[in-house]
Amino acid sequence: MADTPFQVTGQQPRAESGISVSGVLINSAKQFVANVQDYSHLAAQSLTNLLRGPHYLQDLLDQMDDIGVGSLPIVLLTGFFIGVVMVLQTGSQFTRFGQSALTGDVVSIALVRELGPTLTGIFVAGRCAAGIASELGSMLVTEQVDAMRAMGTDPSRKLVTPRVLAALLMQPLLTGLADFVGLLGGCAASVFSLRLSAVEFWTRAIHALDFGDIMQGMMKPVAFGFILATVGCYKGLTVRGGTQGVGRATTQAVVISSVLIIVADTFLTKLALFLSDKIF
Amino acid sequence: MATATSIEPSQSPVIEFDAVRIGFEEGEVLRGISFQVMPRETVILLGETGTGKTLSLKLAAGLLKPNSGSVHVLGKNLQSMSERELLRFRREIGFVFQEGALFDSMDVADNVAYRLLEERINPEEIEPQVREALRFVELDHTMDLVPSELSGGMRRRVSIARALITRPPIVLYDSPTAGLDPVTSQTIITLILRLRDIYGVTALLATHRLQDGFAMANFHFDQKSNRVLANAKNGAARNADTHAPTRFLVLREGEIYFQGSPEELAGSNDQYLKRFLL
Repeated sequence: MADTPFQVTGQQPRAESGISVSGVLINSAKQFVANVQDYSHLAAQSLTNLLRGPHYLQDLLDQMDDIGVGSLPIVLLTGFFIGVVMVLQTGSQFTRFGQSALTGDVVSIALVRELGPTLTGIFVAGRCAAGIASELGSMLVTEQVDAMRAMGTDPSRKLVTPRVLAALLMQPLLTGLADFVGLLGGCAASVFSLRLSAVEFWTRAIHALDFGDIMQGMMKPVAFGFILATVGCYKGLTVRGGTQGVGRATTQAVVISSVLIIVADTFLTKLALFLSDKIF
Repeated sequence: MATATSIEPSQSPVIEFDAVRIGFEEGEVLRGISFQVMPRETVILLGETGTGKTLSLKLAAGLLKPNSGSVHVLGKNLQSMSERELLRFRREIGFVFQEGALFDSMDVADNVAYRLLEERINPEEIEPQVREALRFVELDHTMDLVPSELSGGMRRRVSIARALITRPPIVLYDSPTAGLDPVTSQTIITLILRLRDIYGVTALLATHRLQDGFAMANFHFDQKSNRVLANAKNGAARNADTHAPTRFLVLREGEIYFQGSPEELAGSNDQYLKRFLL
């Protein structure tokens, strides 16, 4: 088999045999392991490609524009309203105890540590993992990927690495902006709903954050960007079954990357809290 | 089975398949096929859908590796090469895909120039080469169009221009006339004849249309008159016309069912082969 992820290892011929429950389970397990192996190979290759040329700067800039600038409207809109909702929900509770001034602290910590990175990750996954999977999948079924290889271009360098790198670079920036407009939304809701002063909200919001929170809030999007881009590329480049397969791969890319983002978030939160305790 | 008569025995094959087997989950597709393509020869891979014609071309380009057996191209064993070496090596091979496989995101000029752009050649040097390649396929007026604005036949012609831009010694054609009307098919075959007779390429042409193969065998492109002419029927004149011989290779159920000259195929009494002749 070619040492490329595009001729997947799961495609070995298999001997004809009778159908049994254990046989089906074993085959499914083997297929799963083969898929994880191919995905890991592709994900690792997307980064090791950076060590050696050729590099595709124009493709990287195009992808940064698509993933970064293209995702800006949904990230800003959702970020703003999440900030508003956070203040409305927490503010009503704090008001019962006469502690509405604490709203800024809670919204700030929740947004920067958790909601900003995770929700931005899921929204960008919904938009970009789907876009990447359908674009690469369509290229695969129309033999454009084979044409690229036939003309001496490594598709993992030309197609995968620019997308992964663009997502790695853009996701923290998008998250930072989502956090900021979320706090703006929170501030607006605090002023109009809780009758807090904007200065008080911002002062508390900023003082509530320490370096550990910022680190946690910026570390997660890097991982989430990597997940959504690699899953999108993997599902796109392993499409089987023509245009119907492209549709299936697109759906799977969104579902898998969203679930992986939530799972990764759990472990990254634990890791970040551990590091915060040890270092800061 | 006969081999083309005008090939000198001392010449080594350009493409050589030796007991090549390949299969996927659905089962084995090629079951031990062996054949050779000599320099300047055109081998027509004839077969019904699903008999492994496209797979054979992809194996010859190193896009797939066989499960067993070996594929040698230009004297190199493709299995022993890494993907990185193969990428470099594939620049010796032009590949015309079935539907053209043009890049949707690029215009016609960039599609044709793709290999040159990849090699970071100066844009001023690229432009005339692209124009010449597109003029060869009579589409130099389409440079600024995108593939979706082209007809099916035009896409194939651009694909041929893209394959010939670096003057590769080998060109692989995957069903270049499939799904095209007879007039457009004739245009494509004329281009393939011109490519063979002007640039002297060695070709492997997969098709399910017998007439494509016979057109390659019975006609040649005359550079002096700039026309496609029928080969002389016999004698020295015929040998002069058929300096680029054509041979047929019929695939059936993953095996080579027939290998021989156009005359042998036309004269065969085999029932299966006669289905192609009807």
